Amino acid sequence: MTDAYIYDHVRSPRGRGRANGALHEVTPIDLAAQMLVSLRERNDLDTAALDDVVMGCVSPVGEQGSVIPRTALLNAAYDECVPGKQLNRFCASGLEAVNSAAAQIMAGQSDLTIGGGIECMSRVPMGSDSGAMHADPAIAYKLYFAPQGIGADLIATKYGFSRSAVDAYAVESQKRAAHAWDSGYFARSVVPVVDHIGLTLLEKDEHMRPGTTADDLAGLKAAFEIPGQQAGFDAVALQKYPDIERIDHVHTGGNSSGIVDGCALVLLGSREAGESQGLKPRARIRGFSSIGTDPTIMLTGPVPSAEKVLKRCGMSTADIDLFELNEAFASVVMLFMQTLEIPHDKINVNGGAIAMGHPLGATGAMILGTVLDELERRDLETALVNLCIGGGMGTATIIERV
Amino acid sequence: MKTISYAVDKVGIAVLTIDVKDRPMNVMTAEFITDIAAAAEKIATDDAVKGAVLTSGKDAFMAGGDLKELVQVFEKNASTEEIYGWCRNVQQAYRKLETCGKPVAAAIAGTALGGGLELALACHYRVVGSDPKIKLGQPEVQVGLIPGAGGTQRLPRLLGLEPALRMLTQGNSVSPQEALKLGFIDAVVEPGQELEAAKAWVQQCEEPMAPWDKKGFRFPGGAGLMNPNAIQTQMVGTALLQKMTNHNYPAPIAIMSAVYEGSVLPVDKALDIESKYFTSVLMNPVARNMIRTLFVNKGAADKLVRRPQGPAKRPVTRLGILGAGMMGAGVAYVSAYAGMDVVLLDMSAANAEKGKDYSRELLQKRVEQGRMDAEKAAAILEKIQTTENYEDLAGCELVIEAVFEDRDIKAGVTAKSEAVISDDAIFASNTSTLPITGLAEASKRPEKFIGIHFFSPVDKMPLVEVIVGAKTSDVAIAQALDYIRQIRKTPIVVNDSRGFYTSRVFGTYSKEGITMLAEGVKPALIENAARHAGMPVGPLAVTDEVSIELSYHVLKQTREALGDEYVESPADQVIAKFIDELDRKGKKNGKGFYEYPADRKKHLWGELSSLYPPAAQQPEAEEVKTRLLYVQALDSVRCMEEGVVTHPADADIGSVFGWGFPPYTGGTISYIETIGLERFVREADRLHEAYGERFAVPEKLRTMAKKGQTFYEMADKSARQSAA
Repeated sequence: MTDAYIYDHVRSPRGRGRANGALHEVTPIDLAAQMLVSLRERNDLDTAALDDVVMGCVSPVGEQGSVIPRTALLNAAYDECVPGKQLNRFCASGLEAVNSAAAQIMAGQSDLTIGGGIECMSRVPMGSDSGAMHADPAIAYKLYFAPQGIGADLIATKYGFSRSAVDAYAVESQKRAAHAWDSGYFARSVVPVVDHIGLTLLEKDEHMRPGTTADDLAGLKAAFEIPGQQAGFDAVALQKYPDIERIDHVHTGGNSSGIVDGCALVLLGSREAGESQGLKPRARIRGFSSIGTDPTIMLTGPVPSAEKVLKRCGMSTADIDLFELNEAFASVVMLFMQTLEIPHDKINVNGGAIAMGHPLGATGAMILGTVLDELERRDLETALVNLCIGGGMGTATIIERV
Repeated sequence: MKTISYAVDKVGIAVLTIDVKDRPMNVMTAEFITDIAAAAEKIATDDAVKGAVLTSGKDAFMAGGDLKELVQVFEKNASTEEIYGWCRNVQQAYRKLETCGKPVAAAIAGTALGGGLELALACHYRVVGSDPKIKLGQPEVQVGLIPGAGGTQRLPRLLGLEPALRMLTQGNSVSPQEALKLGFIDAVVEPGQELEAAKAWVQQCEEPMAPWDKKGFRFPGGAGLMNPNAIQTQMVGTALLQKMTNHNYPAPIAIMSAVYEGSVLPVDKALDIESKYFTSVLMNPVARNMIRTLFVNKGAADKLVRRPQGPAKRPVTRLGILGAGMMGAGVAYVSAYAGMDVVLLDMSAANAEKGKDYSRELLQKRVEQGRMDAEKAAAILEKIQTTENYEDLAGCELVIEAVFEDRDIKAGVTAKSEAVISDDAIFASNTSTLPITGLAEASKRPEKFIGIHFFSPVDKMPLVEVIVGAKTSDVAIAQALDYIRQIRKTPIVVNDSRGFYTSRVFGTYSKEGITMLAEGVKPALIENAARHAGMPVGPLAVTDEVSIELSYHVLKQTREALGDEYVESPADQVIAKFIDELDRKGKKNGKGFYEYPADRKKHLWGELSSLYPPAAQQPEAEEVKTRLLYVQALDSVRCMEEGVVTHPADADIGSVFGWGFPPYTGGTISYIETIGLERFVREADRLHEAYGERFAVPEKLRTMAKKGQTFYEMADKSARQSAA
């Protein structure tokens, strides 16, 4: 098997996913193209050498439709021989795209690829692509569908994470993200986004609220109490989890991932392909795995996906220096730490999506890049990148520095 | 055409008057379906006919499907193809009417439900008389069915998804005014003007087509999975539906699916989708169970199927009630409401007056809600005379005692009443636990002594259990049943036994729940599994509601009465502990298995898990459900074996309407028949082995299972034999 190496990665700053967000005026194609241009220029890339560009996108409709990577590549003036494909594995799409781009190299069918993802949530709102899973009555019924927030609260109830505990986790995420930004830990990879007359629109993650305290968070309303109780979703979930008396709604806008706009790309290649481009490999993709679990609680994929990839790589959690698990909801990360006994100072060390936001299709690639930068900064070797996923799935990837 | 008279008037309007002979209401018999198809063909092809009006030769327009026929489908093992073909046939007849090319109007002067409303929906215009008593709706879901003649397709195309789904999945009917506002009828006219109004519309109609057959038809509010309204409606609707049905009822989700899948298709394909869902739902035993128990057998019970034929009908004009507590007060209300003079007697007139306050409050509420005028309410209240004086019972045809559950107290009031009432008056006890034969010993005329067991709250609970003591006469049974018909409740007749039928079997449910608690099953699992199985309230919650104290009282009384024969249950110790040691008497006292905080919902008492530590290995929810339902079904069989209950229909009706045994099962006996006797016995044997004697299979059941018999079949057979 050929080894797939990571040569570089870039990401946009994350813009608030609302009408007042700094990236709201930027089209998804433009945002993706700016990242593609940056990746090309930073690496002096001969784009004709690229075999494929794979991008994750969770709502590939409207202006994110029609195979957004191909459109963005043409817009970024990459060589027209470079094809693009879009894929969707919900919240892990960005990581899945990297895995998929790496897999082509590992299988010997490509030499140089880009994996990544995009989601402009302010422009193409979450759920725009619809789907039978939640909206076809026969399917939603059969699957005991409940929205992800209900699953997050169910995890908190089932595993005993109180409101103050999830809030405390969120405060720490804000603190770590602010510290990382202040210390310049993200500087190497974040590419400012500009408008078409060249003025800078955004340089820094916009969703963050540095200095957030537990008191600030305690005042927020539980976000899923009303859908849970009035729209019947709690009852549906409890039909699957009948040993729980009632769901304790602990998640709020303050301890869940933010809705943002963003894009991230990872440049991958075989050793030879890198050499021919004059690039130095930064890390190797050690392995990756995806898995499915109960779709109702939905967010319990990270532990089994981590276990699966560790087994595949012949490793254990002790072999991993840093963990990066998307902060979709505080309880998801807390369950992971509790089950696998991961100390908090080894996971999400520079904060995560609670502070900085979760641009659905892009996040996986973004956090993979973040943890690679941090391995280098700390001079550590291995990291496990992981996300919880809609429909009960999980996707995890292990990287190691070379 | 036998069910439709067809007459063309001077201006060329064909008037189709539906009158299905030998039926109190028009229903969709096989003949009717042939006739309506023929009529549609005639309207389409007869050049002299300019248009048509459909009307009814009876008070009601049409009641819908022939449920007595439909319930047979399951028993007859009709094939998928047969049912699907039958349904398509109906749909095509209606569709033929809709696409005949000439204007067709429905003149609706009375109730139109189910297939009757669907027929009207297949017309191009609907005009209804302004009588608020007229009911318009699709009630199929309430008997486990779905509309099969276009209701799931035409209604949403008229109203939009959300209002249509609400009507279809809840099955509630609406008045003509409400229907007009919702938008599925076109006009409301003075009663008597319906036919003329319909004819007038036919004469001026220029485009005789349903909206969905016209070019550019847009689904009101939008449809399909790219429409945000539709997504929201279907997503939330499906969740709420699961909350309501706990996945036990196939009809509501079939309706949701038929509506969604049909909403994105042209109407002809959409109707086909509906017929397939109709077929699968009709073939499901839940439909059989619900039609049989909730409609056919409940209807027969309401018409007093168990009434002895001999005694003449004698309505109660003056009713005596002893004890103005909650039960007495409730009985007073329903009886005065039904037009009887009520003598409400208690130890003091003041107490009796307090009992009357119950009626006062209920009536006032009705007036405030605009459901009754103040005068009528006052007249009803006037009918209740409060007293402390037994002399006032003179002239009562029936006296019902609802005093404290104590044999001596009951004996006292019996004697005092009998001193006053006439020889042919009936004396009834509303005891829920004490055997009638024993109580009748205090009577000097035990043949006139009977049990009439009401359920609380009396004004809401539909069932009344009549208990026949060893010496109770047919006259007493007939009188009790006549009275129950007067107050419009559903009676079952049972023979004497401790707890009779309902209290006895229901007791097994709460006991089983409490037993599981003692075994270390998580209380939340017990309560949730019970509700998920379809019981309205978990066994721990219901014990709190009835009061743990009362359970303890009944337990001690039973133990005393039975002596050595009393079989201890692990639940007994729990109940004793809650009263003797913990002083947790139940909901009334604010603490029981649950806590009842003032500011939020009740929740399970946190200390339960220290008193009864959850076992490391918890059972599957399915096992908990099975135990809770089997224990009731098995005791119901014992009641039949012992002759307490004589007909499976009574066991079924009593269980569903008396204590809320899940309606999808059709009742305790239908539940067994649904599972299949052989499989039920096998499973019960396993439970017997695992959990004890209470799951022992009665011999009668084992024999029936071996012979491949069913309860209903046997009952029908014996009915035929006694008739012959």
